[in-house]
Amino acid sequence: MDLLEYQGKQLFARHGVPVPSGRPAETVDEAVTAADAIGYPSVVKAQVQIGGRGKLGGIKVAAGREEARDHADAILGMDIRGLRVHEVWIEEASQIEAEYYASVVFDRSARAPLVMFSTKGGMDIEQVAEEDPDAIASLHVDPLLGFQEFHGRWLAFEAGVDADLVRPLTGMLAKLYETFVAEDAMLIEVNPLIVTPERELRALDAKVTLDDNALFRHPDNAALRNPSAEDPQEQMAKERGLVYVKLDGDIGILGNGAGLVMSTLDVVAQAGGRPANFLDAGGGSKAEAIVAAVEVILSDEKVKAVLFNIFGGITRCDEVAKGLIEAFEQVKPQVPFVVRLDGTNDEEGRRLLADAQLPNLEVEATMLEAAERVVALAAGSPTVQAR
Amino acid sequence: MSILVDHETRLCVSGITGREGTFHALNNKRYGTDVVSGVTPGKGGQQVDGIPVFDSFREAVEQTDANTAMVFVPARFAADSILEAAEAGIRTIVAITEGIPAHDELRVSTHLGRLGGVRLIGPNCPGVLSPGKANVGIIPADFFKEGNVGVVSRSGTLTYQIGNELAQAGFGNSSIVGIGGDPVPGLSFIDVLELFEADPETALVVMSGEIGGAAEEEAAEYIAENVSKPVVAYIAGFTAPPGKTMGHAGAIVSGSKGTAAAKAEALEAAGVRVGRTPTEVSEIVIESLDG
Repeated sequence: MDLLEYQGKQLFARHGVPVPSGRPAETVDEAVTAADAIGYPSVVKAQVQIGGRGKLGGIKVAAGREEARDHADAILGMDIRGLRVHEVWIEEASQIEAEYYASVVFDRSARAPLVMFSTKGGMDIEQVAEEDPDAIASLHVDPLLGFQEFHGRWLAFEAGVDADLVRPLTGMLAKLYETFVAEDAMLIEVNPLIVTPERELRALDAKVTLDDNALFRHPDNAALRNPSAEDPQEQMAKERGLVYVKLDGDIGILGNGAGLVMSTLDVVAQAGGRPANFLDAGGGSKAEAIVAAVEVILSDEKVKAVLFNIFGGITRCDEVAKGLIEAFEQVKPQVPFVVRLDGTNDEEGRRLLADAQLPNLEVEATMLEAAERVVALAAGSPTVQAR
Repeated sequence: MSILVDHETRLCVSGITGREGTFHALNNKRYGTDVVSGVTPGKGGQQVDGIPVFDSFREAVEQTDANTAMVFVPARFAADSILEAAEAGIRTIVAITEGIPAHDELRVSTHLGRLGGVRLIGPNCPGVLSPGKANVGIIPADFFKEGNVGVVSRSGTLTYQIGNELAQAGFGNSSIVGIGGDPVPGLSFIDVLELFEADPETALVVMSGEIGGAAEEEAAEYIAENVSKPVVAYIAGFTAPPGKTMGHAGAIVSGSKGTAAAKAEALEAAGVRVGRTPTEVSEIVIESLDG
């Protein structure tokens, strides 16, 4: 789960990481009230997860109330690279003497958190890594030991920060690490981490990714919303407990097991088709889950044909067939379905489908044949389904 | 021979009194696995179809000589159960549970690494099947028979798909190992490749990977240096968009990292043949073993 900038900053503040004060706003009036409370100059920042939003007009400084109103009016509802701005963050303007970079990353390969720091902040860190790799200091932290003061000193000295900032920087990195562990984050990035003329450090931006699997122990985080990144189909699938990812093609896909579904998307693409979604019906899929899945897939109006690719292990093919028959009764799909059933109780499943004589449903013997067939059907069927 | 589970396996199932735990424990037992005990705190003294249940792994090991654990408890209790099994002296632990927090997995992995000698398979995996000998987990054993193809995979159903195509062509398996789809798995591709390389019954290894992380790239380097047996690979997720988790917690392309194309390229550079579809994988295997 990716947090918006202000949600990340609120998380930082809870763990003692210094951040400029600010308030979120969803309307122009709220934004003006917030700016009045914070004082001028203040900054109006679009809350979308996209790098370089400043250059795209998503961050503006307001000298007074009129400007705050104008900026909020321009930014709210704005489209930044396909993401609509639903919220702005009004923040006190910061004076910047220097821009640094800090991050804590869940390094899967090393099986340890990786802490990175650089005095070259304010630009894309991958670009810094390419042009001047020596400018980035980094180290792995033993997950059972945690971040120690010496870790902070090593990073600060290696990166060459001024002597008076070594101690405050060590403290700030320790708090960022604490946030990373305490909130079950997969990534915490502060770019820029600024030095003010008063020689104080602050997180001027916040990029935080949380582990979805750990949200059960962070109910506050689980309740955070990001409307700009939420797709209606994905939202609907989530509510029904399905694992669904929206893609931009026109062939609806359902399979069981993440690996098999990914593989199905690839095989459909190789056959010349464009998948509309990833949907894993999971192990032991029961009839109700199949009905819900069909509803979610067909709620995407771009879908012209649907492929079911099932290899039954725990999942029983007869259950999937029953679910499909039920779904056809309830949803009455107007687009063709291609079904491939293999594995546990596959003969029974195919017999149920044959007996039900569902309109617009074809059964294919293999994954490859099914993929080719659904691609042909999507190419030939009407563009808009009647529903 | 085979790897990880066989006739020597004495299995203790954590979470045996739960619905899924009971179902699969009995399924494994019917297959011929020696299921000696189960653990559910607070239900010690009960039995599940004749299998004794204990309050702790310590008791289960003392009284039934269990040497292998299968963890079937919900995600929030799973890390604890894995650590308990290791503390009780069990050295092969198969964790089926899906959805364990990544930081928990990191702590478990670091601790077990220091303890030494413990093999954790999973979490979020279908388990290990050595056809004709033992099944520990949820792999539908009926589709597989004894043979000389070793399989190691991050995905369950994809393994069944590939295994089934091989079976229809007349090939069987030495062992099938699901290492799971999480960011911090116990055994890695490299660990399992090392075991298959040393297993006299295994003639060829099929390795099935997917997007996310760098485990396939690391395996490619290892294969080039250390594996003499032929390896055939498959990678799922060529069409996955960046930044989206594709079902498995570990299956995510982050920026330009962890793409299927980069993985396939690394494996091919190491001399591994990569099938573009599951069917192509089985065709390459058949060609390699017949030729």
